[in-house]
Amino acid sequence: MNFEFSAEQNLLREQAVGFLSDRAPLSVARRVLDGDETHASDVWQEIVNLGWTATAVPESHGGFGFGHLELCVLAEELGRSLAPVPFSSSVYLATEAVAGADSLVRDDWLPRLAVGEVIGCVALYEVTGAPKPDRMKGCTVTDGRLSGRKRWITDGDIADMAVVAARDAVTGDLGLYAVDLGSDGVGRFTVETIDPTRNHADLSFDNVPASPLMTSTGEAGGLRRLLDRAAVLFAFEQLGGAEASLNMARDYALGRYAFGRPIAGYQAIKHKLARMYVAIQLARSNCYYGAWALATDAPELPLAAATARVSASQAYRECTEENIQIHGGMGFTWEFDCHLFYRRAKLLSVNLGGEYDWKHQLISCIEADQAA
Amino acid sequence: MDFDDTLEEASFRAQARTWLTENAPDHEGDHTDDFLDVAKAWQKAKYDAGWACLSWPKEWGGRDATPVEAKIFADEEARYKLPVGPFLIGQGMAAPTMMAYASEEQKARYLPKLASGEEVWCQLFSEPAGGSDLAALRTRSVRDGDDWVVNGQKIWTSGAHYSDLGILVTRSDPSLPKHMGLTYFFLDMRSAGVEVKPIKQISGQSNFNEVYFTDVRIPDNQRLGAVGDGWRVALTTLMNERAAIGGGGGTMNFQTAFDLAGEVDLDGQPAITDRGVRGQLADWYCKEKGLEFTGARSQSALSRGETPGPENSIGKLVAAKQAQDIASFCIELLGMTGVSMDHEELSAYAEAYLGAPGSRIAGGSDEIMLNIIAERVLGLPQDIRVDKGVPFNEVPTGAK
Ligand SMILES: Cc1cc2nc3c(=O)[nH]c(=O)nc-3n(C[C@H](O)[C@H](O)[C@H](O)COP(=O)(O)OP(=O)(O)OC[C@H]3O[C@@H](n4cnc5c(N)ncnc54)[C@H](O)[C@@H]3O)c2cc1C
Repeated sequence: MNFEFSAEQNLLREQAVGFLSDRAPLSVARRVLDGDETHASDVWQEIVNLGWTATAVPESHGGFGFGHLELCVLAEELGRSLAPVPFSSSVYLATEAVAGADSLVRDDWLPRLAVGEVIGCVALYEVTGAPKPDRMKGCTVTDGRLSGRKRWITDGDIADMAVVAARDAVTGDLGLYAVDLGSDGVGRFTVETIDPTRNHADLSFDNVPASPLMTSTGEAGGLRRLLDRAAVLFAFEQLGGAEASLNMARDYALGRYAFGRPIAGYQAIKHKLARMYVAIQLARSNCYYGAWALATDAPELPLAAATARVSASQAYRECTEENIQIHGGMGFTWEFDCHLFYRRAKLLSVNLGGEYDWKHQLISCIEADQAA
Repeated sequence: MDFDDTLEEASFRAQARTWLTENAPDHEGDHTDDFLDVAKAWQKAKYDAGWACLSWPKEWGGRDATPVEAKIFADEEARYKLPVGPFLIGQGMAAPTMMAYASEEQKARYLPKLASGEEVWCQLFSEPAGGSDLAALRTRSVRDGDDWVVNGQKIWTSGAHYSDLGILVTRSDPSLPKHMGLTYFFLDMRSAGVEVKPIKQISGQSNFNEVYFTDVRIPDNQRLGAVGDGWRVALTTLMNERAAIGGGGGTMNFQTAFDLAGEVDLDGQPAITDRGVRGQLADWYCKEKGLEFTGARSQSALSRGETPGPENSIGKLVAAKQAQDIASFCIELLGMTGVSMDHEELSAYAEAYLGAPGSRIAGGSDEIMLNIIAERVLGLPQDIRVDKGVPFNEVPTGAK
């Protein structure tokens, strides 16, 4: 049994912690929150220089060819630091989608994404509800040209390229298409969300050149698989954020006095913190399950991803809600950092479809398994 | 990152599996009338074949196995519904305490019979005045020549009615603060003056007892640890208690709820088609898997020769409540069928429901487990204790 990260992976974690606490402390997230920047481009450039964007990209395409476990480690630490950079969009989503392509798109975009020459994003949403094929009808491709509108795209203002879920106008098949966002006919409309440390925009496409990722259609163009894989990485971000929130709450409780003693000495607070710890341990163990499935491309991936995702969303929610509660009035102020995590928790919980959709998927996987 | 055994682990697992396939009897857990006989016979079979108490030294009936091997065998054994309950206290709690504090002669006399299942032990700790606050116990021990004379009452003593021996914490000096005046012994349950009276639980069963001591004489050489040092010895026992109890939710697990939700009809559709039901099931799946993989993390630490972290302390807390919730859910799905106790198969849920509260109390209640996580894992301050440093006989009690 070897259900832990390796010594090398833990070394990578130490480097990530060192870099992020130095270059991307919470003050950077706050700078983006309070200012006009779309993201911390200085931190992003350093991340690119460190090679993080190339982590899981094969060497043949300019990457380091590490596995996805290294990416899980980075995701957890990025989640902990709330670094306001387009890492998740560009790496877990766009790079992963393009890496899975069997067309020229792969050779065209993957090396550039790997070295951070371009930033990618993924455009899925059109209407309210989880990003499922039956909710994707408004974007169509005719003769290699895309028209329609996509909504709530994380890093939509920042990205140079997008992977767009759209339908072939003739067959009606759903597929993923690579689009150069510098093309004529692309419109960007900034959207304000609950978490202003992450950029969001709607994108409109008017006859924009679009290249299919897959030469053949089927399985909604790999959409499900893309979401499952990304869900594991997002779960690690959630885990990191949840743990940061617990630590913040614990530190505050130890230092804040009420009725002549630290509030950390009162059972109502102690038990809250203990329950946060429990939720995090469950989420961590399930995230490892997801990491294993992701790294080994196990057939259990859809179930493992859902398990990790549900646990991590729950842990992040509990930890960020209770972190504010434990801070009392201070936690409700703009000035304290509790709300940064509270915002991020809700954003991450719904950005790939919400908790209820993942629970539904989880049980569906078990039903299918046991029927077989 | 993987779930794979190393080569040595795999070959050990294969051996364990083969032996279990050939030798494990068919049985239905700890809930049959003959469970004690079956448990003893099974323990003896393991002992004779070298599969008992694996991590113990060979001279005491073990096999000198690594912690990983012990875990592998336990996992494989758990696939069979074998009764092992009667030995949890003796092997899991009394034995480590004996190993740490008993004389060589005593270890040679008692440990092999624990391993072979010939002798069953019970834990005489809790009292009417001392449960969560164990150190508030009052059973009195007074030195008399080479013996101690013990008077008082224990309560909730699981298996006292079929136990041969017991581990016992007593108060030897009530004028000291409560943790300081305690002394620890083991004793023969057939000693004169020991009286065991069953207590009927809410389930109607009687697994635990009151145990009365009237001028019971215990030889001084059955004292474990120094006079007045009983608390330290008790902590050795209690630290092993959590490991022995573990996290197992028994029969009320995710699969039970999932299966029933697939069978029971809710408004003309199987209950499992309901989104609310699915959400509930998914929650349980995540918790159950979370515990399972937490175990895998601990086992990985053992595999690497490291000490597992504190993450396992969440097990009992999560599993006990979940078993209760699942039993309750199953009854809700079945409605009146679920609460009627005359149907052999379906009353299992009602029986589990009536048994479940015990797990949330035994071996440290939910609240005490949360305190342990808060204090020992998260480093938060202890609760205020008004009895700290106060001579025990001056501490306020609930007695009117
Ligand atoms: C099925 C079963 C088997 C058992 N077997 C054995 C056995 O074999 N040997 C043995 O010695 N004992 C045994 N016990 C006893 C068990 O250890 C005690 O019941 C347990 O420690 C709780 O003590 P209590 O019953 O006195 O409850 P109390 O300690 O009176 O607790 C009552 C309530 O108060 C809460 N509480 C107490 N202290 C605190 C605190 N500091 N902070 C917050 N809340 C608190 C508890 O959580 C609980 O909810 C068994 C119990 C059960 C239910």
